[in-house]
Amino acid sequence: MKRGLISPSERATPAIRRTLRAVQALLLGGLLLTGLGPMLWLAKAAITPTQDTLRAPLTIFPTGVDLANLVTAWTRVEIDKYFLNTVVLAAGSWLVQLVVATTAGYALAVLRPRYGPLVTAVVLGTLFVPAIVLLVPLYLTVVRTGMINTFWAVWLPAGASAFNVVLVQRFFANLPREVLEAARVDGAGPVRVFWSVVLPLSRPILGVVSVFAVVASWKDFLWPLLVLPDPAVQPLSVRLPALQRYVELDVFLAALAISSVIPVALFLVFQRLFLQSGALEGAVKG
Amino acid sequence: MAVQSPARPAAVVAPPPAPRRRRSPVTWARRGGLTNLLFLLPLLVVFGVFSWAPIAQSVVMSFQRTNLVGPVHFVGLDNFAQVLGDPLLWTAVGNTLWFAALALVFGYPIPLVAAVLISEVRARRGLFSALAYLPVVVPPVVAVLLWKFFYDASPSGVFNTVLGWVGLGPWQWLQDPGSAMPALVLEATWAAAGGTVIIYLAALAGVSAEQYEAAEIDGAGIWRKIWHVTLPRLRGVLLVTFILQIIGTAQVFLEPFLFTGGGPANSTMTVLLLIYDYAFGSSLGGDYGAATALSIMLAAVLAVLSALYLRVTKSWSAT
Repeated sequence: MKRGLISPSERATPAIRRTLRAVQALLLGGLLLTGLGPMLWLAKAAITPTQDTLRAPLTIFPTGVDLANLVTAWTRVEIDKYFLNTVVLAAGSWLVQLVVATTAGYALAVLRPRYGPLVTAVVLGTLFVPAIVLLVPLYLTVVRTGMINTFWAVWLPAGASAFNVVLVQRFFANLPREVLEAARVDGAGPVRVFWSVVLPLSRPILGVVSVFAVVASWKDFLWPLLVLPDPAVQPLSVRLPALQRYVELDVFLAALAISSVIPVALFLVFQRLFLQSGALEGAVKG
Repeated sequence: MAVQSPARPAAVVAPPPAPRRRRSPVTWARRGGLTNLLFLLPLLVVFGVFSWAPIAQSVVMSFQRTNLVGPVHFVGLDNFAQVLGDPLLWTAVGNTLWFAALALVFGYPIPLVAAVLISEVRARRGLFSALAYLPVVVPPVVAVLLWKFFYDASPSGVFNTVLGWVGLGPWQWLQDPGSAMPALVLEATWAAAGGTVIIYLAALAGVSAEQYEAAEIDGAGIWRKIWHVTLPRLRGVLLVTFILQIIGTAQVFLEPFLFTGGGPANSTMTVLLLIYDYAFGSSLGGDYGAATALSIMLAAVLAVLSALYLRVTKSWSAT
């Protein structure tokens, strides 16, 4: 195993070993408390009656268990509907982002038309423009084109992600030229090369882009709040703050818990991908 | 090797301007020009409509007075003057700087220390980093609403109960102008720290064993190795996360919007919240001119920071 900061001989020293073990136990405790603690508390509160949560929020075993909270939240508060909206919004944003990033990446990195560098430059330029500048004019565009209260208002703007394009373009540019050349010699046209050679070779980067797309869509709040004023089409993130005003606390906390299940589950399943993407975020953005 | 290379140089070195006459659209299409364009079409449409045009429009609108209903007037720099003359702007700028400063104090050292410690874990390191990253995947709205409940000001609020165990509190948390902002930053730090930890862990994995061994031969202990090997090797990443954090905190919206709505007494009013209020806060119709003028000014400040960031990462990846 690769060694790090502390050398094997230092690890063998009893004093260092003991300190290290204590520090790591402390670290694990701290991470459990701060990382897992709030989520566990939310899970508990989701099935606890309101009175218990209010009177003694930190009791580990509440006097009563109220599984009905989850059912009430799912059915009467219609969390199922907002949940579905969230999923549909995420799926559409994911698809649009993937289509834009892969076709553009292919054109710019493999086909390389004469005007490609210019397009790349203009796309890169938008990295410098913070999203807030777009807020008002983009909102007015959505109003003018009648996309307000439709999912398109969220799906299409999501595709304009310069970060995705750059990421995919760089990956495509590093694909082995010989493989693409061989496919071309075998008579594959540009579309065929794209679909049957480039995309299958690019699974890692497509995974990264997918994680970014789904997570970002699930997290998004301000934009859907503006362009989806009709509660019937709102995602969870927009609906939850509004619900708080007229739903009982235990049901509300159950709704919060339900809203976190999918992202947390996705994270547990695709942990490596998430952590990889997270690291990429710092390293590649420039 | 020589056989495979022709494809690349041809594309890198610009082809000499051949004595070509105007190419007809047919030859252009046959040579793949049409295919190229079709592949670029999704990008051109989506970016054109939802990025480039709005950016341009934003600049134009900052010089206009418009409310969607009445006619549009060009008003020169009036919007900028109006925004700069708004006493609330300076409160918002001050608060945003205060948020950024607090976020640095809370959020800068903790992930670094955590990452260095996690990187020395031998067994189950994945568990450590997963735990650290877990808050990042919790939807931000859920996190804020959950913490809002934790911050409940009554003695039986979650955090006040904990304070009660050690004989403190109850504190007012979000209701007190002095503590509201730190409370917001605490939640924001909790939500974001895991991402920074992962970035540091990736950078720490790049520090080679030889460098540590060389330091050990010179007689360096653990602290000296941290100071003379680890930290210098992380310098680039530390600068990057520093700038990214400033850029991020300058655009903080969700926390003040959902926790406090800018209150109490405007103590958590941030620049982004002010932009939102200008444009969408009034039921009488938005002051879009003021909103775009302020967002352009914010963008100018952030662009300088981004340029700095790009410069740093360029020189850093070059070494």
